[in-house]
Amino acid sequence: MTDTDAGARIAAEFPDVVVTPGGSALTITVPVSQWLAFAQFAKGALACRWFSFLSAVDWKDEGLEVIAWVENTDEHFNLLLKTKLGPGQTACPSLVSVYRGANWMERECFDMFGVVFDGHPDLRRMLLPDDWVGHPLLKSYAVDTPYPPYR
Amino acid sequence: MEIKGPVPVVPAPVWRTFKDLQEWEALHQSRPARGDTYSSAFESLTEGIHAFPGGFLVTAPADAFLNWARKSSVWPVTFGLACCAIEMMATFASRFDVERLGMVPWASPRHSDLMIISGTVTIKMAPMLLRIYDQMPDPKWAVSMGSCANSGGPFRHGYHVVKGVDRVIPVDVYVPGCPPPPESLLNGLLLLQEQISHFRRTGQRGPANEKVD
Repeated sequence: MTDTDAGARIAAEFPDVVVTPGGSALTITVPVSQWLAFAQFAKGALACRWFSFLSAVDWKDEGLEVIAWVENTDEHFNLLLKTKLGPGQTACPSLVSVYRGANWMERECFDMFGVVFDGHPDLRRMLLPDDWVGHPLLKSYAVDTPYPPYR
Repeated sequence: MEIKGPVPVVPAPVWRTFKDLQEWEALHQSRPARGDTYSSAFESLTEGIHAFPGGFLVTAPADAFLNWARKSSVWPVTFGLACCAIEMMATFASRFDVERLGMVPWASPRHSDLMIISGTVTIKMAPMLLRIYDQMPDPKWAVSMGSCANSGGPFRHGYHVVKGVDRVIPVDVYVPGCPPPPESLLNGLLLLQEQISHFRRTGQRGPANEKVD
């Protein structure tokens, strides 16, 4: 299966999904409602079993965008999954039920961006102290936000 | 392909409420001031001897002897936080050999007189640093090694870095550099010994020495 085959299968299976070829991966923009279903499709039908990473981008007024990178290491093609949560929205389906490697990635994403992953088994902060207030990688977070008593 | 996953459970909010944060802050702010703590009997005795006519003839040699003893065996607790710790290890190793100054890098704060904060102090690490510093017996000193420990350094504009370790514990000597080479740290340790030798009244810190600071 090549990139074009995978793009054709995705277009046949998910008409709402936008597939953009180019670069080292197929960029796939998924609606939030189909995020989990597409991940199951990518792991099952497209055999993208290697979950590389998951992160988020803060587009300010346009809201958060969650991105994930999965790879088919047998046939050497990669998928860059993107979904926009919408302005002011923080809810996103969790991929832990499909990719167990997404567990800590989603915890870190919640830690830094405040994306609440529905269905995550253990959504706690990953890196910052438990008593931290706010999510520092949001663009609305001021870098000089005080953290008593140390500054 | 059907993939069964863990049962989805949405947990309660993980951060504490703002009220808890205020209580935690009050707990930390109500800690006693960190400085040299001596018993009131010891302080009144030394002050009494010094105030007695001719008493300085006793206290000055006593200061000289005790300060010589203190500065001749400063044991640093190993507290490596980041890349500065590599330079600190090089200072402890055979080429620069701080043991000739009487400094034995020791792995227990209970036996140590000096803490070399070598590296970036994150906000998450600061309570542990404070706890280890509190475990050291008086009199104790602290050397801030490197730009990160001095002021936050290149990470000063990060959200997670304490902007200078002197916001957590009192610091005696600041060693600049990113990281400071072993020669710089050795210079700082010699300056610390100079500073220790200027303790007065058998242990109280005097005003800052111009030559040192």
